[in-house]
Amino acid sequence: MTQNMKILIVALLLVAIALIVPHTGSFVVLLTTRAMCFAILAMSVDLLLGFTGLSSMGQAAYFGVGAYLTAILATKYHVGLGWDFWLVVILGMLMGAALAALFGLFAMRASGVYFLMITLALGQCVWGLAYRWNSLTGGDNGINVSSRPDFGLDLTNERTFFFLVFAFFAVSLIVLYILVRSPFGRSLEGIRERELRMQILGYNTWLHKYIAFVIAGAFGGLAGVLWAHTNGLISPETVVLTTSVDSLLMVVLGGAGTLIGSAIGSAIVFALREYLSTLVPWWQYVLGGVYVLTILYLPMGLMGLPARIRQGRKASNKTPSKSGETKTLASAPS
Amino acid sequence: MTRKLSLRVTSLLLGGMLAAGLGIASNAQAEELRIGYIAPVTGIFAQVGKDMVDGFQLYLTEHNNKLGGMDVKFIVEDDQGKPDAGVTKAKKLILQDHVHMFIGGLLASTGYALAPVSTAEKTLYISSVSSADDLTQRQLVKYPYFLRTSWSSSLPHHPLGQWACDNGFKKVIIIAADYAFGYETAGGFQSAFEACGGKVIQKIWPPIGTKDFGPYIPAFKKDADGVFTTMVGPMALQFPKQLRASGSKLKILGSGVSYDEFVLPFMGDEVIGDVSALHYSAAIETPANEAFVKAYRAKFGKVPGYYSENNYTTAMWLDKAIAKAGGKYPGPEEFIKIMASIKLDAPRGPVELDDMRNPIENVYIKKVEKKKMFGYPKDELWNVVIKTYPKVSQFWTEGKAKFLAHPVYDRDYPPCKFCE
Amino acid sequence: MNTQFWVIQAFNGISYGALLFLVGSGLSLIFGVMRIVNLSHGAYFLWGGYIALSVIAATGSWALSLPVAALAVAAIGLVMERLFLRTEGLTHVRNATIATGIAILVALAAASAFPAVAASWPQFIAVAVLAGIVLFFVLSRISILPIDNDVLRQVLLTVGFAFLFQQGALDIWGGNNMDINPPKELTTSVVLAGMYFPAYRIFMIATALVIGILLWLVMEKTRMGAAVRATVDDAQMARGVGIDTNRVSMFIFALGAFLAALGGVTGGAFLGIYPGLDFEMLPLAFAVVIIGGMGSLGGAAIGALLVGLADNFGKALFPEVSYFTLYAPMVLILAIKPTGLFGRD
Repeated sequence: MTQNMKILIVALLLVAIALIVPHTGSFVVLLTTRAMCFAILAMSVDLLLGFTGLSSMGQAAYFGVGAYLTAILATKYHVGLGWDFWLVVILGMLMGAALAALFGLFAMRASGVYFLMITLALGQCVWGLAYRWNSLTGGDNGINVSSRPDFGLDLTNERTFFFLVFAFFAVSLIVLYILVRSPFGRSLEGIRERELRMQILGYNTWLHKYIAFVIAGAFGGLAGVLWAHTNGLISPETVVLTTSVDSLLMVVLGGAGTLIGSAIGSAIVFALREYLSTLVPWWQYVLGGVYVLTILYLPMGLMGLPARIRQGRKASNKTPSKSGETKTLASAPS
Repeated sequence: MTRKLSLRVTSLLLGGMLAAGLGIASNAQAEELRIGYIAPVTGIFAQVGKDMVDGFQLYLTEHNNKLGGMDVKFIVEDDQGKPDAGVTKAKKLILQDHVHMFIGGLLASTGYALAPVSTAEKTLYISSVSSADDLTQRQLVKYPYFLRTSWSSSLPHHPLGQWACDNGFKKVIIIAADYAFGYETAGGFQSAFEACGGKVIQKIWPPIGTKDFGPYIPAFKKDADGVFTTMVGPMALQFPKQLRASGSKLKILGSGVSYDEFVLPFMGDEVIGDVSALHYSAAIETPANEAFVKAYRAKFGKVPGYYSENNYTTAMWLDKAIAKAGGKYPGPEEFIKIMASIKLDAPRGPVELDDMRNPIENVYIKKVEKKKMFGYPKDELWNVVIKTYPKVSQFWTEGKAKFLAHPVYDRDYPPCKFCE
Repeated sequence: MNTQFWVIQAFNGISYGALLFLVGSGLSLIFGVMRIVNLSHGAYFLWGGYIALSVIAATGSWALSLPVAALAVAAIGLVMERLFLRTEGLTHVRNATIATGIAILVALAAASAFPAVAASWPQFIAVAVLAGIVLFFVLSRISILPIDNDVLRQVLLTVGFAFLFQQGALDIWGGNNMDINPPKELTTSVVLAGMYFPAYRIFMIATALVIGILLWLVMEKTRMGAAVRATVDDAQMARGVGIDTNRVSMFIFALGAFLAALGGVTGGAFLGIYPGLDFEMLPLAFAVVIIGGMGSLGGAAIGALLVGLADNFGKALFPEVSYFTLYAPMVLILAIKPTGLFGRD
């Protein structure tokens, strides 16, 4: 389908969410708000994974940094509870970007599975810091962000707050979309496909990847700022390894390289963790099963379903397609 | 073709969301007591969560699923051992299931996560296990709809400090898990022990989950006569073994959780003689406790620990309170007052609330012995009670004002004056 | 801090390193040979310990539990590798396995929605079988996309399995913190020059040494070992000279799982067996592999020793950085030499 059709559908989807969700039960509004914070994180991971080909297992670190910054400013310094909320948003993004800039210098020296490992280790260092730096982070008790900012809107009303988070989500989606459609974004995709060729063509691939890493960190920080106010509590649990791994699954489940796919993936993983768990005790099998089946049968994610069906129909009389035809999700193995 | 397919997918998604949204919005019921319960059902604390729920359920089953004459709708939600999930579930229970109150929470961080929800939603939250000290101390003002029916982390360890003084301990090493619970239990012990003339000469904080105490034991100061330990879960199983294997003759003074009935059945004979302190022991020799232990063991196949007893007692407390309120739920403010007016005879002994909504209860100094109890045929490890301190409050003998004036027990408070 | 302190600490660090060697050597081989990043490795460790507990409960023999648990988990690892990581052939077996799994979940879902199904076994099984048959046919129409060398897919697949294993362990063995009780002789301490050396730690070191030597012998002196080394060096060339790399792959994966489970049984008496142990051991195994280098047994041994000593001395001397004694070195080594100290690309 054409690009314009896709944009139209996404726009309709966004409008639909904005119109329908506030009229559903309070719990659905709550779940959607929470899912949208993670959707922003997932989209940042998609920028790295789907568009640049970098699989990072430590993106929760930037999420955490944004969240802790917000919480610490709100409780220790009483900053961010009025119009200065917008200042905190900017600071959160800058902190996320700064941390990514620092970590990127280490991480970019590796590739493939080593990149995965080093980002994992860096993420765990942030967890260790959150846990150990009691005086700043409250240790394992975490920090309570008890009041929502007041800049003319009554954000204690869940529906109003939903619209705020929704606005951030929509704007992030649009900004990231413009980014990936820009020449910069196109070069990222080129790097994902064939880094060597890009280098021969004269692109500074290291710089491109580094910038993508920093931007992803910035959006991760933004998601964290919103999460601090959505959840009301930030603890080391927020930056635990499972958060990073889940963010990767959200991207893959929805479809890497599609942005909106990560949002859909985040909605599904959230529905599993926070909604299915209210219904049945064996929901963890479903979660594990979703991981396994997605990877085996639908690595292109839900957004790749139409293409997969087409491919399946074409190949129905032949043996399963060779690996060369399938798009790998990460940069070339080492 | 693909255009149609994508449109179909989109409209399915939209339709699905619509259906989900409309389906989920539910209506409230009346005339039954709706209790929401938050505990880990999956994840690494699943067994503790099960014990918590089982304790509460036992009381409900024994009383025809009624508390104070009201039929009970008991809804358990899984917080997976994560405070964030706990917040979601609490909100779900309040917004969707319209519970009158929500109970539970295991970790201190869960307690800190759920208490603000109670304030925001003006719904009663009862912590039946989560023992973070400050929730009923310096932070209580923030949580008018919160009360605790269990304990605060430092509560049983003050009397242990006193007991240590009275039993000849002069210099003690503290080794406690490096997190808030460890700090608060150790702080309680140190505060009371030093107040009666003892000296804490070393404080070691292994990360939570440490099972190899190799780095720590050789560094123990040689002139100590005892070691206070706060060992949680797997740590509790390994520390006594490793201490003995290192040739150390130090006597162990354990925090409540180092030897409680959750870990005791899996320990070996090396822990016989070890002393610990808690507001409950399965070996309390009263008819009420014997009945409780026997009923619990018959139903669930294990000896109940404080996770189970605290929840059983919470249910008992609710029973008496609803009955006193005339068989209906009078709203959180009124209900809290009623709860505070009841003096309960629980399996753990007499319990009542202090004016900061934390229990005043017995603390039992107990020693591990291998014997037959309550008519059970086999010799088993039991926490036999060797001394009881009655009516212990979270402030011990210091008095509320003085206690609240100093900071909450932390890694650096009380300071280690006698460490080198 | 006198000599006694240093000696004991070194001994403790070495014994911890011995355990890490058992856990990490398997992972090092799996990654070195098959380039598979297996995040279920911790789950193998855990299941090894749990199965050992069951064996001990059933037969009373601790000695028997070691080989039985290790072999059982090796079998599980083998199945996982053959059906899900390397997906050529065996389509029907795989589809049947997946269909069964989903069918059970469907039946559980039906049981929660319709009490009639939950009421008794025959109905439950009927629903499951029906669902299974339908699913089997559906799955036969869909083709799997082979994972091959796609690192991310391996990671996510094995993480998914790790979650399944974790929940499975919880449902089968419960969530209590358990302990493996070794024979009395191993619970005493050997006293030398006034210092106590726990016998169990000596046992751990001995086991690691024995296993290390056996592995070295297999790798250096047997044909299979030669085939493995050839595949590690250059898989395509190995295929070119007629080595069945698929067989090698299966052997290595089973061996890796075997070693992990052995680590679980050995470690079970030292660390305990409890939910969460799987994800606690995983970063440790990876630390060994990364610091020592993937695919190198000698590297794994040195990596394990280094991690064991660094962790031990780090915690003893600088308790402030306890949480970073593992991850900070990992970051530094990966940044400087991404393939690990002794790894080859």
